[in-house]
Amino acid sequence: MEKTSRRGFMGKAFGAVAAVGGVASLVAMKQTWDPLPSVKAAGFTEVDLSTVEANCLVVEKWRGKPIFILKKTAEMVAKQDEAQTARDVIVDGTHYMIAIGLCTHLGCIPAYADKKEIFQCACHGGEFDSSGLDIKAPPPSPLVIPPFNVKGQTVMLGEEGPEYKKMKEAGILA
Amino acid sequence: MAHFTKATSVKDWLNQRLAIEKVEKVMASEYWIPKNINFLWAMGMVLAITFGLLLVSGIFLLMYYQPNVETAFDSVNYTIMQEVGYGWLWRHVHAVAASVVFLIIYIHMLTGIYYGSYKKGREMIWISGMLLFVAFSAEAFSGYMLPWGQMSYWAGMVITNLFSAGSLELNGVVEWIRGDYVPGQAFLTRFFMLHVLLVPLAILALIGVHFAALRIPHVNNQDGEDIDFDVEAKKYLAGDTKGSKVIRFANDFMSKDMFVVSIFLVFFFYLVFWNYGFAMDPVNFDPADGLKTPAHIYPEWYFLWSYEILRPFSKDVGLIAFAFAQVIFVLLPFLDRSPNVKTANKRGLFGIWFWLLVIDMIVLTAMGKLPPQGIYSTIGFVAAIGFIGLWVILPFITAIEKKV
Ligand code: HEM
Ligand code: FES
Repeated sequence: MEKTSRRGFMGKAFGAVAAVGGVASLVAMKQTWDPLPSVKAAGFTEVDLSTVEANCLVVEKWRGKPIFILKKTAEMVAKQDEAQTARDVIVDGTHYMIAIGLCTHLGCIPAYADKKEIFQCACHGGEFDSSGLDIKAPPPSPLVIPPFNVKGQTVMLGEEGPEYKKMKEAGILA
Repeated sequence: MAHFTKATSVKDWLNQRLAIEKVEKVMASEYWIPKNINFLWAMGMVLAITFGLLLVSGIFLLMYYQPNVETAFDSVNYTIMQEVGYGWLWRHVHAVAASVVFLIIYIHMLTGIYYGSYKKGREMIWISGMLLFVAFSAEAFSGYMLPWGQMSYWAGMVITNLFSAGSLELNGVVEWIRGDYVPGQAFLTRFFMLHVLLVPLAILALIGVHFAALRIPHVNNQDGEDIDFDVEAKKYLAGDTKGSKVIRFANDFMSKDMFVVSIFLVFFFYLVFWNYGFAMDPVNFDPADGLKTPAHIYPEWYFLWSYEILRPFSKDVGLIAFAFAQVIFVLLPFLDRSPNVKTANKRGLFGIWFWLLVIDMIVLTAMGKLPPQGIYSTIGFVAAIGFIGLWVILPFITAIEKKV
């Protein structure tokens, strides 16, 4: 084998040191931009369903995001098909829609039109029905259902209760 | 070894150490500019001056601005606008300059396209120019976050969501960019850092590259004539200044440049004092509220055309079309297959292509501002398809172009 020149060796040594240092600093830089533990831990929100009025949208805040809670009237439930009903959270026989109120297109908050019983997004014209299913593009998917746990007349957002897990298995969260 | 002698003057002292005379020649008095150019060639200087205005006004805003979600809005809208002496002036200068700079950038770009100033050795000027456009876009977007009004918050929400790449659902990437589930404190402070340090640094570096890229090919001229700068410079230096096709950059050409700059500045300060409203969106005078979307979210006018390319399509197609619009201009020197460096008007189909592109971008801009309904959606859709179509046919129509 040829005798490697000293300059070549020094060049390679520098390359190795720089590569290790470079990768290590990239790791540090990436982590510096991660959400802080305090942000991640930002907790759980409890919602009282007993005061909610039918066909009148309630907006709660969870992890800085708006959460839509819509109590459905008996007529609304009667009109629904299976896919719509599958997304309902049923508490004592009453149907509720619970969903993250951010349009699945690019994240605006759709407004609820109670006459038409649909959600309309002003940003790019998307629409969702009263179960959160997307009925007009550009949104590509239904409103996302956040983790929830029903406890009597209250719902704990952020906890994965049995009803939530069932929806998750059925693959209808979004 | 370098040889130093006792200096005869300050100039000589510096000259021995920094070769200032040589530098002055290379950069100014023997940097040759063709005579055959018009006021459109002053746009680069107008841009440099406008960047200076942004820098100075930004430094003064920085003395009272507070990058905190609780206090940012008031520090701008109350402290700077009402308490600080002439605080409103810095803010108006900053806002108007940020808007006008894009108008000039678009004129500068279209001038380059019209005269074919992006090929035959001028590719790096074009590419560094497009990188400057990207950097200025990042600068404008990050600055728009700072007053933490409704438009800041919701533009931040919508634009960062683009990074989930549609159906790929890369929500982790979006949360990483924000440092939170939604735009919050971490988001505001990091965009503040980008706006006042990292992006301006990148802009300064890119301006250096842009100027360096100009030095060897020199600027183009109105007829795309391939001037032999060495020959013309010799003629000029030999005293035939009339017969030579070139003049010195400084002070001769600079004086013309600065004349255009003064006209620009009169217009600019007219806007700053009497017509600044267009540069400040009324919706952004409401403080950020994560539970209330404004009725219409639209970007500043200079982003409307690319926003409108995103809007009429389904989510994934829209994102691809948007990404296409963002990068395609960079590739212009390689998509134009014709060797002609001539004004668009003398290039047959390319001339038509140029004007269609201008009209299409104006239509996209207009539709982007209107609510996405009915006929507006349709016109926007057609214009978006048109934009993509124009770029797809460009290599073909330029390949068959006759040599002129
Ligand atoms: C190094 C130079 C710069 C510094 C130090 C700086 C600093 C600042 C500061 C402190 C603010 C917040 C106060 C306010 O909102 O009025 C701001 C806002 C802003 N900046 Fe800059 N800036 C610089 C360059 C630029 C450039 C080059 C652009 C765009 C092309 C730009 C676009 C904006 C915009 C759009 C706003 C929001 C203005 C408003 O809402 O009134 N800035 N800048
Ligand atoms: S964000 Fe709702 S339609 Fe685009």
